[in-house]
Amino acid sequence: MTYRDAVREGIRDAMRTDPRVFLMGEDVGRYGGSYAVSRGLLEEFGPERIRDAPLSESAFVGAGIGAALGGLRPIVEVMTVNFSLLALDQIMNNAATLSHMSGGQVSVPVVIRLATGAGRQLAAQHSHSLEGWYAHIPGLRIAVPSTIDDARFMLAAALACPDPVLLFEHLYLYNMEGDLTPGLERVDLDHAAIRRGGRDVTLITYGWSLHKCLAAAEDLAKEGVEAEVLDLRTLRPLDDAAIMLSVRRTRRAVIVDEGWRSGSLSAEITTRIVEQAFYDLDAPVARVCTVEAPVPYAKHLEDAALPSPARISSAVRAVVTGSGAH
Amino acid sequence: MRAPTGAPVTREHGLELLREMLRIRCFEDRCYQLYGQMKIRGFLHLYNGEEAVAVGAMRALRPSDAIVSTYREHGHAIARGIAMSKVMAELYGKQTGCSRGRGGSMHLFDASKRFYGGNAIVAGGLPIAVGLALAQKLQRESDISVCFFGDGAVAEGEFHESLNLASLWQLPALFLCENNLYAMGTALERAQSETDIAARARAYRIDAAAVDGMDVFAVEESVRGAAERIRHSGGPALLEMRTYRFRAHSMFDPQLYRDKAEIEAWQKKGPIITLTTRLKALGLMTEDDYQRLEREASAEVESAVQFAESSPWEPVEDLERFVYAERRA
Ligand SMILES: Cc1ncc(C[n+]2csc(CCOP(=O)(O)OP(=O)(O)O)c2C)c(N)n1
Ligand SMILES: [Mg+2]
Repeated sequence: MTYRDAVREGIRDAMRTDPRVFLMGEDVGRYGGSYAVSRGLLEEFGPERIRDAPLSESAFVGAGIGAALGGLRPIVEVMTVNFSLLALDQIMNNAATLSHMSGGQVSVPVVIRLATGAGRQLAAQHSHSLEGWYAHIPGLRIAVPSTIDDARFMLAAALACPDPVLLFEHLYLYNMEGDLTPGLERVDLDHAAIRRGGRDVTLITYGWSLHKCLAAAEDLAKEGVEAEVLDLRTLRPLDDAAIMLSVRRTRRAVIVDEGWRSGSLSAEITTRIVEQAFYDLDAPVARVCTVEAPVPYAKHLEDAALPSPARISSAVRAVVTGSGAH
Repeated sequence: MRAPTGAPVTREHGLELLREMLRIRCFEDRCYQLYGQMKIRGFLHLYNGEEAVAVGAMRALRPSDAIVSTYREHGHAIARGIAMSKVMAELYGKQTGCSRGRGGSMHLFDASKRFYGGNAIVAGGLPIAVGLALAQKLQRESDISVCFFGDGAVAEGEFHESLNLASLWQLPALFLCENNLYAMGTALERAQSETDIAARARAYRIDAAAVDGMDVFAVEESVRGAAERIRHSGGPALLEMRTYRFRAHSMFDPQLYRDKAEIEAWQKKGPIITLTTRLKALGLMTEDDYQRLEREASAEVESAVQFAESSPWEPVEDLERFVYAERRA
């Protein structure tokens, strides 16, 4: 199945098992979802529960928050993270604050799904990776399904959570093929996962970058460098224990994030490693991030702007050989 | 039939409008092919069916008026007079493109033509147009700012905030809604509680009218009239151009939300076919004339493709240029 199919199965499953669940967003119904995730769901569940919304991100995201307050379990699809900026007020000032600001009287069990990322030559306004930004906000939980299993089961974990959860689906992953792990029935929202074991360096990543890291790790293995690849899975809260456990073992860390590096998630992880595992490090922490420019349209420029297996491998080589050039 | 001045249509005027629409149509059809050949990538939103809006509007505006556009803006850019070769080169992502390959189809720019870009955030251009109009007002210019946007944008808060501001401050802004009845797969009546877009503008005390956007003369006349009133009174206006897109929303749209018969019915009312039929009926144009215009348009598009093909790429080392303004030393 594809990642897209897995997400759709997760939605279908939630809709079937919990009558409080509904899907709301732009073009989720008739159009079938801008990335075809919800195709066929309108026919199965009808327009009440597969609810097409107008181009009114602030209003329908806010309505999702209100519906969650009112006892429902909305899945709000914001077509892409780029458009979530129009709903940022609702997400940041309402979803993230209501529980704490009310002294715990209310909670906001809303799930917001957003496509994220670059790599399809969509240019600056359609290529943002803002999950790291959202991970800045206390009160939100940020999760990133990067495998078929997580695409299939993370939604259920998010819906079971009493807090607002943002699920970031990298648009490059929708066509990714793979099989579900046989017998798997649920996943959690708490733990990072080692996707490839290795002793020489830890690649800390998530999203499409996970797959770039796995590709880089294969190349590095041919040179005798064994990279461990840690899939963060949740960006808030971060699984510090898993990060430190791996870094203490490999003694080197390279963080790979499609976000920009200044004031970023990669900066946060670096700091935590320095705070918690400084004396276990054999080399400075390195980062591979998107070049500090709006993402350009032309393919050769976009490719150069984004993390790539080649850039990851050379960052790892620098860390492993201690040449320090990263 | 009368031309915008109230005078009868002339052959020259009719052929000029037809030529411009054919240039756009031919360009868009070629883009469709080039997308299939992977020469153009990213999102591509074609303008087929809506040509009369760009052509009629641009003809009625001054070169010094400011334009803000959407991601479906090839037609606006070409009708504004941006060289087709520079537009095509942009779609190829080349250095010679009108945005140096950084913008692509959704972000055509030409500051020298006061064309302030295709904007890919629905309704994102409206506040910018209001600001351009504010600058014009404060600098006592007689130019106006024109913002193109789709029917979908009317649901966004930015639309309502912009209209309110423009009216409150009496700014010289012309809001040009291209109502093609759909926002992606969402039909107007399933997205808007009030489908009369002009009526919504009137709620902000903005002079507004609906126009047959398939009739290039009607577009030209209405834009000229609105622009004159704005220059005269200083306050904003809105025109709702009723039109239809013949092709899919983008290249990834299987069009599950509308049926073929609807598209075919609109194609019969298309802007090029209606103008052609009229001009012929009035004896102002022959089939030979039409063939010649079409040949010329297609030759121009081919030379734009050649230009794009043979143009250089922006060097990768320049990736971070223009993130900040490059001031002269
Ligand atoms: C704020 C925002 N939300 C969603 C989108 C995705 N999107 C792109 S075009 C579009 C439909 C817009 O329809 P309309 O304004 O009628 O313009 P048309 O495409 O019909 O010309 C949508 C939903 C976007 N670009 N920006
Ligand atoms: Mg529309």
